[in-house]
Order: sequence, then C-alpha cells, then structure tokens
Amino acid sequence: MTNVLSTFLTLLVDGVSYGMMLFLISVGLTITLGVMRVVNLTHSAFAMIGGFITLWLTSHAGLHYFAALPLGVAATMAISLVLERTLYQWVYKSDPLGQLLMTIGMTFVITAIVKNIAGPQIQSISLPAALAGQLVIGTTNISVYRLFVLGLSVAVAGGLWLCLEYTTFGARLRAAVDNPRMARCVGINVPLVFSVTFAIGCGLAALGGAVGTQMLPLEPYYGLKYLVLVLIVVAVGGVGSLKGSLYSALLLGVIDTMGRYYIPALGGFIIYLAVLAILLMRPRGLVARVG
Amino acid sequence: MNNHSGAQIVRASIGRQRYGLVDALLVLAAVLTFFFAEGYLALAAVVVTMAIFALSLDLAQGYGGVESLGHAAFFGVGAYSAALYALHVSSEPISGLVVAAVVAGVVGLLSGFAVLRTQGLTQLMLTLAVATLLLELANVAKGITNGDDGLTGFGISPVLGYFDFDIFGRTAFVYACVVLVLVYALLKKLVNASIGLTAQGIRENPVRMRMLGVPVERRLWVLYTISAALAGVAGALSAQINRIVGLDTLAFTLSANVVVMLALGGTGRLYGAFFGAIIFVVLSDRAAALDPTNWLAVLGVVLILIVRFAPEGVAGWVARLGAKGDAR
Repeated sequence: MTNVLSTFLTLLVDGVSYGMMLFLISVGLTITLGVMRVVNLTHSAFAMIGGFITLWLTSHAGLHYFAALPLGVAATMAISLVLERTLYQWVYKSDPLGQLLMTIGMTFVITAIVKNIAGPQIQSISLPAALAGQLVIGTTNISVYRLFVLGLSVAVAGGLWLCLEYTTFGARLRAAVDNPRMARCVGINVPLVFSVTFAIGCGLAALGGAVGTQMLPLEPYYGLKYLVLVLIVVAVGGVGSLKGSLYSALLLGVIDTMGRYYIPALGGFIIYLAVLAILLMRPRGLVARVG
Repeated sequence: MNNHSGAQIVRASIGRQRYGLVDALLVLAAVLTFFFAEGYLALAAVVVTMAIFALSLDLAQGYGGVESLGHAAFFGVGAYSAALYALHVSSEPISGLVVAAVVAGVVGLLSGFAVLRTQGLTQLMLTLAVATLLLELANVAKGITNGDDGLTGFGISPVLGYFDFDIFGRTAFVYACVVLVLVYALLKKLVNASIGLTAQGIRENPVRMRMLGVPVERRLWVLYTISAALAGVAGALSAQINRIVGLDTLAFTLSANVVVMLALGGTGRLYGAFFGAIIFVVLSDRAAALDPTNWLAVLGVVLILIVRFAPEGVAGWVARLGAKGDAR
C-alpha cells in the first residue's frame, strides 16, 4: 500500500514539474495569441533558442549552469525583441492565415539555422552536481532536478503574478489588454508595452526550454515537434488567460505523466483524448476571457 | 443546326462551367509530362496526389472559410483505409478509392461536429487535436496499422482489369490524373452551384447569410464532409501508388505542407492548388536531393516573402495578369 502511495507521489511531483515547465514555455504564447492577436507559431522555437544558447554557454564558454541560465534567457529576449520590432510588424495587420504562414516560415528558418550550427543530433544540458541525484523521503524517491524545476517555475509564476498585480507596468499591461484604444488615450504607449511583454514571454519560454531539456530534449526540430503541445496548452487554458494556461499546463502535465505510467498501452494518446474532451465541453478553454 | 452553332453550344457549355485557359494549359502540361518526361512520372504522380489534397483543403478553407491545421487527418484515414481494404478485402483499386472516400467522409462528418462549432484559433487547435489524436491512435493500434514500420505488403490489381501498375509509373500517373480531373470537375460544379456560392457568402459574412435564411452550420458541415472525403481519396491514391502507408500520412508536417502549398498557389480559386502542388513538390524534391537543411530555410524565407508581398499566391498573381490583359 505504501508502495502504491509513494509511486503516486513520485508521479505527482514529476507530473506537476512537467506541467510547470509547460506553463513557462506556453505562458508567453497565450499573451501573443490572446492579447496581441498574433498566431505565433514561432513561440516554441524561442524555447529552443534559449535551450541551445544555454547549452553553448555551459559546454563551450565553460560557464556554470546557474550563470548560463539567465544569460541564455537574456540573449533570447534580445533576439525576440529584434524580431518583434522588424518581421512581426509585417503581420500585425494581416489575417490569421497570413500570420500562421509567416511565423511557420520563421520557424523553418530558425530550424535550419540551428541545424547548421548545432548539428542534427538530440542534445540536453548536463546538470550540475547540485541537481543530480534523488531525495529520499520515507519510501518516496523524488529527483532533485524535478524539485528544482518545480520550485523555479513556481517562483517565476509567483513573480509574474506580483508584477502584473502590483507594479505600474503590470497595471499598464492590464489596461492595454482590456481596452487598447482607451489605454492609448490615457497616454500608455501600447505598442511598447506589448513589445516588452512579447520579449518577457519569449524569455520565459527560453527559461522553460533551458531547464526542461531533461524532459523535452533539444534538437533542431524542437520548434516544430513541441509546437503542437504548446498550442494545446494555450487552447485548453483559454486564449489570453494566464491563469487558464497555468491550470491547463498542470492538468495536462499530470494527465500525461500518470497516463503514461498507469496505462502504458495508450501512451501519448491520453493527453489528446483529454484535450478533445475539454475542448468539446468548453470550446473557449478552461478560463474563457470575457469579450 | 450547322457545325458552327454546334461549336458555339460546346463553347457555351464550357463557359457555363467556367473552364478557362489555365485549365487547358494544365491538361497540356499533364500530356506533355506523360510523353516527354518519363523519368519523372513517379514525381508527377506525387504532384497530382498533392494537387487533389490541396484542392480538398481549398474547398474547406478557400470557399468555406474553415481554417485547418489538421487536414492530414483525412489524408491519413483515406490512406490507411485503402491499404487495409486492399490487404483484407479486395485489391481492386477503384472500389478502394470509394471506401477510402466514405471512411474519410465519415471522419470528417464526425469531427466536423466539433470543429465547426468554433472559429479562428480554437478551430485551428481542434483540427490539430483531431489529427494528432488519430496519429496517436494509429501509433497505439500497432496490431492493425503496424505502428512506426508502416503498412506494406498489399497488392493492387490492375485498374479496370486491364491497366497494370507498371514499374515506370505510367499507369499510376494516368490513373491519378483521371481521378484528379474527376475531382476537379466535381469541385468546379460544386463551387459554382448554390452550395459553393452560399459557402463563399458564409466565409465573408456568416451573420448576414443566416439572416438571408441560409442554414449556415449545415452547409459548412456538408462542405467539410466533402472536403474530408476528397482528402481521403488523395490519401488512398498515395497508398495505392506507393504501396506503403506510414504514420507520416497523419503527421502535422503533412498538414502544414498542404496549407503552405495552398498559400503558395493561392486560395479560393481551385487552380491555385495545382500551382502550389507543382511548385512545392518539384522544388522540395530537387532541393531535398541537394540540401535538405537549407531547403527548409529557403522555404521559410519564401513563405515570409509571400505573406508580405503576394498574399494571394501565384494564382492571384496570374489572375491579376489576366485582368491586365483584358483591360488592354
């Protein structure tokens, strides 16, 4: 009996940490999709860029994992800001299909560039000694790395929430989200707010991509391979809702992890079944935004 | 009735179906390919299959305004049903096509119930979820689909009992072309009939069409089902010609490719599907032989430039040229 319980606890931690990583990767997309109204199929490629830059910093520049992580995130934010100011300007006024084609084109280009630089093989960032190993509580084994991912993403999500609720920038963003025209009227520089938000979203994706390499390993086709997963998290959560993304990422993370363990015959099938069921019951996602 | 008026009748009836110069050129291209490009017939058959697939998407997307990132679902279902039919029931190809069309149509009918209730992004996601669901299902049901290895080892008997599938792909090419002509004629008829016209109306303004008394949901549902059935035909053709069906027939890459093809060619014009399929398949074959990685980069850049500078695709460009010619 205790054995069953400890397995369940281990799976729960795995599932929740997987879900939190999904949340980090997809939270930026829910803003670009729901708020800036851009179908951004390049988003998961930013997670890959963050992962690869961190990988390069640790393996070639010889930096420590914890030093490389923020640098990788910052570099990705810079890249995303440049792209947002240039290429994305072309499609802001275009129809969703145009945006879809353009951003998938960008994903193709990024994939090709990464393949040329880093090679086609699957890679992951080797963890520092502090994160290797297991934590044994009673009969339950919990990997330290999973706990680290869990703690980091809870901290980031908390920080995000504090920033949105209690800072001037957060207030401006919420105003721009609720009513862009009115926000502009009271003197908020809406495009600038969105640019910064876009960069932060891509930075979070980069963080998720970099810390999540043990769960979603890096490869040039990362951007296309996990795009479906990221889009699903956003759609299930409700486009434009941060809280919804959190719920759906956690739900899907736990369902996927538990499903693969308890019903291995169905494998990756369960998560899509869950998605279909949720979307049929709530076509606008778990937390539908009003208006 | 003299000869002259007979020719006029023919011309008028062709005009009524709105066939034009572009259609004649495409037929000419197919005939020339058959006689003068024998080494490329296998590739040409792929082009024709993809053209049918892109046509089916054009019906849903270009005319019905249903955006799909999961059209490969129907292609894959058609391919698997044709292969399973050949393996377990009969190796007769034409009935195989019909079976594939029916099965894919039923899948379209059922998924349409969920997909068509939504719009925009949720719709894209639902089509994507349906395709991924089927992909995972095919992956899990290894006993039936053979999983990653793909379904092989089925024979296809000669078309109509006479035309055996030869090693040069002559029969395959002509067979695919005949199917394409039939599908094209059907679509031409459909989009110029009341259902096609109301579909365009719904695409432009669903609220107004509803007020005019058009059963919006039902029309779209019929359209989506037909589109799914035709995509199934394309999948079945590919299965019968290549004698192998793998999981890639259901994959996101194929769904994305067909959207790209249609965008390259131009949506809502039918013949855009031909241009897109020709350009995409021929280019990707050549480029993949030379350098697969950089081909992806080139495709990406082309896509970005198309969206920026030619949002209506090649067909839109051709139509503009034609309009200029008429004005002169």
